[in-house]
Amino acid sequence: MGVSQDNVLVAPRPTGATDPRTGRVLGADDPFFSGVSDELADKGFLVTTASQLITWARTGSLMWMQTGLACCAVEMMQMSMPRYDIERFGTAPRASPRQSDVLIVAGTLTNKMAPALRKVYDQMPEPRYVISMGSCANGGGYYHYSYSVVRGCDRVLPVDIYVPGCPPTAEALLYGILLLQKKIRRDGTIER
Amino acid sequence: MDESIQVEPLKELGEHITRSLGEAVVSSEMAYGELTLTVARESIVDVATFLRDDPECRFISIVDVCGVDYPEREKRFDVVYHFLSPRLNQRVRVKLEADDVEPVPSITGVFPGANWFEREVYDLYGVLFSGHPDLRRILTDYGFDGHPLRKDFPLTGFVEVRYDEERKRVAYQPVRLTQEFRTFDYLSPWEGTDYVLPGDEKAKQ
Repeated sequence: MGVSQDNVLVAPRPTGATDPRTGRVLGADDPFFSGVSDELADKGFLVTTASQLITWARTGSLMWMQTGLACCAVEMMQMSMPRYDIERFGTAPRASPRQSDVLIVAGTLTNKMAPALRKVYDQMPEPRYVISMGSCANGGGYYHYSYSVVRGCDRVLPVDIYVPGCPPTAEALLYGILLLQKKIRRDGTIER
Repeated sequence: MDESIQVEPLKELGEHITRSLGEAVVSSEMAYGELTLTVARESIVDVATFLRDDPECRFISIVDVCGVDYPEREKRFDVVYHFLSPRLNQRVRVKLEADDVEPVPSITGVFPGANWFEREVYDLYGVLFSGHPDLRRILTDYGFDGHPLRKDFPLTGFVEVRYDEERKRVAYQPVRLTQEFRTFDYLSPWEGTDYVLPGDEKAKQ
């Protein structure tokens, strides 16, 4: 085989997600993106506020502390596995509290574990966020009346996002992370 | 497979153990194809040693040590040991009665694997083991009060934790529930309950 001039192989146009209205790639005529593109082409720079830039940077680098305390941890792992692939949102598991931004409390928080979890939270640098994942972490859940379980991890830590479910699906937790990013964009400040 | 093929050797093994140990075995019974020996509390070390070393037994593996609470009995606890003999492919259950005052001789000298199991029984039931190298709590919280698997232990315990903002540490406080624990009978009021429904006592028959 070889490549001859009169028999050139041409790859077919990628179909992908085409917009039926325009026949072009989905979002190609989005006014926001075309506006940004035009502005960039006209002036060669973009104008934004510092706080928006900072919150944007924060949403894109959420390192999460993997506090898998029970079966919810399996869904948390699933979320970072290739199917849901949380790293495409700029978050990554980080096994050290000193370098992480989000604490995902995944599972039952027991009385014996509570001081240790609080210590992990105290070691995290500001700004720090907490996602409470699953019934047990939200309010004790199945073990609400137990002698050894904390009735909700918000008795020990301030929680930003509650993800319901027993256990929540990986999708639900992913949605919780997206909501956290939304929250950071909405009320993030430069103050630490 | 015919059940008698599996059960018969175990039955004979039970008779062999009872014959060899004599006084130590209080009773021996077969139920559901399983052999259960009830032994005297003081002789558990001898029994365990015999089960491990006897050439016809070779129960070299300790599977489990656990407790049972019977509050109405004078000696309220049962300590239950499970052994496995890989040589015979058989299991045996050994039971003894205990209370929370008289200690049970520890079998950690015979089966080192029983160490944590005995700690667990002590933690959850309060049964004491004499000769145990390190008899302290294993599962419950540090400084925990009471033995949670006893029947008279309240379900929600005595203390709960919260973070104390002033002291900057996790603090304990007496348990306070917004809603009491409820038990449901799952009887349908339409299909009849075995008690008079609230309000029905006023209705004329």
